[in-house]
Amino acid sequence: MPTVKTRRAIFSGLISRLTSLTGRGSAGWMTIIGAAIVGVIILLTLLGPWISPYDPRAINVSPPPNPSPPSGNFPLGTNLLGQDMLSRILCGGSIMIQVALLSVLFCFVIGVPIGLLASYTGGALDKVVNLVMDSFYAFPGLVLAIAIAAMMGRGVINMALSIGVVYIPSYYRIVRSQVLTIKELPYAEAARATGARGRTILLRYVLPNILPSIAVVATMNFADAILTAAGLTFVGLGIGIEVPDWGWDLSKGRELLPSGAWWVITFPGVMIVLLALGFTLIGEGLSELLNPRLEK
Amino acid sequence: MGLRSYIVTRVLLTIPMIMLLLSIVFLIIRVIPGDPVLLHFERKASEEAMDAMRQRLGLDQPLPVQYFEYLGGLFRGDLGRSMQDFSPVSDQIYSAFPATLELAICSMLVAVAVGILLGVRASQSYNSPQDQSIRAFAIVVYAIPIFFLGMILQMIFAINLHWFPANGRFPPYLGEPRGLILHLSRPAGGFVETLAWSSIVGLVCWAFCIIALRRRHVIFWVKGFLISILAFMVGWIAWATLAWYFVNLGTLRISTGLFTVDSLIEASPLKFVESIRYLLLPSLTLGLVLSGVFIRLTRSNMLETLRLDFVTAAKARGLKVTAVTYGYALRNAFLPILTMMGLQFATLLGGAILTETTFSWPGLGRYLVDRINFRDYTAIQGAVVYFALIVAAVNLVVDIMYAYLDPRIRF
Repeated sequence: MPTVKTRRAIFSGLISRLTSLTGRGSAGWMTIIGAAIVGVIILLTLLGPWISPYDPRAINVSPPPNPSPPSGNFPLGTNLLGQDMLSRILCGGSIMIQVALLSVLFCFVIGVPIGLLASYTGGALDKVVNLVMDSFYAFPGLVLAIAIAAMMGRGVINMALSIGVVYIPSYYRIVRSQVLTIKELPYAEAARATGARGRTILLRYVLPNILPSIAVVATMNFADAILTAAGLTFVGLGIGIEVPDWGWDLSKGRELLPSGAWWVITFPGVMIVLLALGFTLIGEGLSELLNPRLEK
Repeated sequence: MGLRSYIVTRVLLTIPMIMLLLSIVFLIIRVIPGDPVLLHFERKASEEAMDAMRQRLGLDQPLPVQYFEYLGGLFRGDLGRSMQDFSPVSDQIYSAFPATLELAICSMLVAVAVGILLGVRASQSYNSPQDQSIRAFAIVVYAIPIFFLGMILQMIFAINLHWFPANGRFPPYLGEPRGLILHLSRPAGGFVETLAWSSIVGLVCWAFCIIALRRRHVIFWVKGFLISILAFMVGWIAWATLAWYFVNLGTLRISTGLFTVDSLIEASPLKFVESIRYLLLPSLTLGLVLSGVFIRLTRSNMLETLRLDFVTAAKARGLKVTAVTYGYALRNAFLPILTMMGLQFATLLGGAILTETTFSWPGLGRYLVDRINFRDYTAIQGAVVYFALIVAAVNLVVDIMYAYLDPRIRF
């Protein structure tokens, strides 16, 4: 079967890529550990509905009193509604991952073309776009996201859009700074001299060279998007009770805090930290691999 | 370009930026699908009730009219009226702001202190286990949701150990510190008496002026005499006018709204200790989350500086390592840290929203979240605008300070 072979080839290629990273010092290890954390969490979230012992939405699966501490039947305890925390942990990542993925995609689709066009064209367009982006950038991100999310209402896409708007300027800025440098490099000048059109230069010569930097921004952005999504949920702009979500569990856990129910907040919180940490590690590692600084 | 023209350019550039920010907020609240009034009532009110609400808040007018009324209101410091109780939003925001300011200052102090201490330690032991663990700490701290860290600290130090209170800003059984309240009585002799004893201030001004002139070696005595007489008059009349004005107020309240400062003004150690106790956990939470950035910044700057010749020279002269690190090298890292403080201010305010909600801290962020739960869109708009203006102002001040400290920026 050819498909299996190619798949295996891709897989072994990926493995060899990853193992070659081990020889690159702490940056390589950071990338590997980050990728491992993110991979495991995504795998758990995908398998969650099949491997979770109870239905994460079903209430009162455990007999009262609730919330009950971790026990044999409920290894991570139960929450106020008598839901099994383990099942909710296993299934609860999907919202965050979806929101983060969509918002990063949204930022990429909007931020990169705007950055390419405006900074390559230069002139008044560049100045105006720069001013608009700077204003967005100066705005406290969470406040802007809250304002947009409050107006757009609940939903994964709305949440992703409101987070995405906040982070477009980071993409724009990295694209702009790189384009301004590359534009003046000899090979871009040579392409211009041979009569290549602006579009060709941008897509063939400039874009491939800035993709690595954009990839770093995007991975770092994943972490930010996850934390912002958790923050939005915490201030009451989340998806709601219907879907299991770590952010929702964590914010509801706040009400149970005086009773000393530590398990209600600890497990979802640790999962969010791990997911954000995984992406941060990948981003840090990649950025150090791409621009090695302070090599002694 | 001189400093003055840099400042003028920078201020002029801020104006379109603020206008843009204000327009963005307006567009978000009015133009994004979703009518504020409809959302406020969750579609459960009659058409008449909604129309009445629109009319009362001026939301029935065409968008351009609303836009200019909104801008005009901002110019007068009016942020509109709340949908909930029609009270002015600006009053509520002004009374909530000192709490946020106090939290923000303390968190920034924590973040910078932790950042510099750990960052310097890490740079001193490059690539050692200590360095690696400090770097790991900086990354982990960045990935923690603020409210999660807050809840953990609450759980450990407030609920289990009872060292610090879990919620609020001040114990309810103690009266909130209100600063110094002076009851002034009008002098019996009226304005003439005020004028008479104000002449003492005038004399002090005259004396200072003479000393200053002597210092500058002004020997042209007519000019010197005239200037000193002018100083006497200005000091005398200004003091008399101010004194008369304040005395006529009856009571004078000196307060900042920051409970730590106000309790000190009030000279009440008990209130001071209590306000610190309440402030500690929230500012530790917000400060720790922000400290990651400062650790990394200090570390990388120190690593670069410690390799420079002047550090080696200082060491060669036999200075202690701590003296070289903190007295020589850290001084060079100070400018980037200052810039980062300005840049992180926006993040700090965003984090304050979550911290305030976690600790029921009665500040601006808490107000915003409360209003979200009431679906009070005019108040949300007011709070967001206020946040935007603060950040723009802080950015402006930081840029100017940066240009003042580092002349390279101006050119």
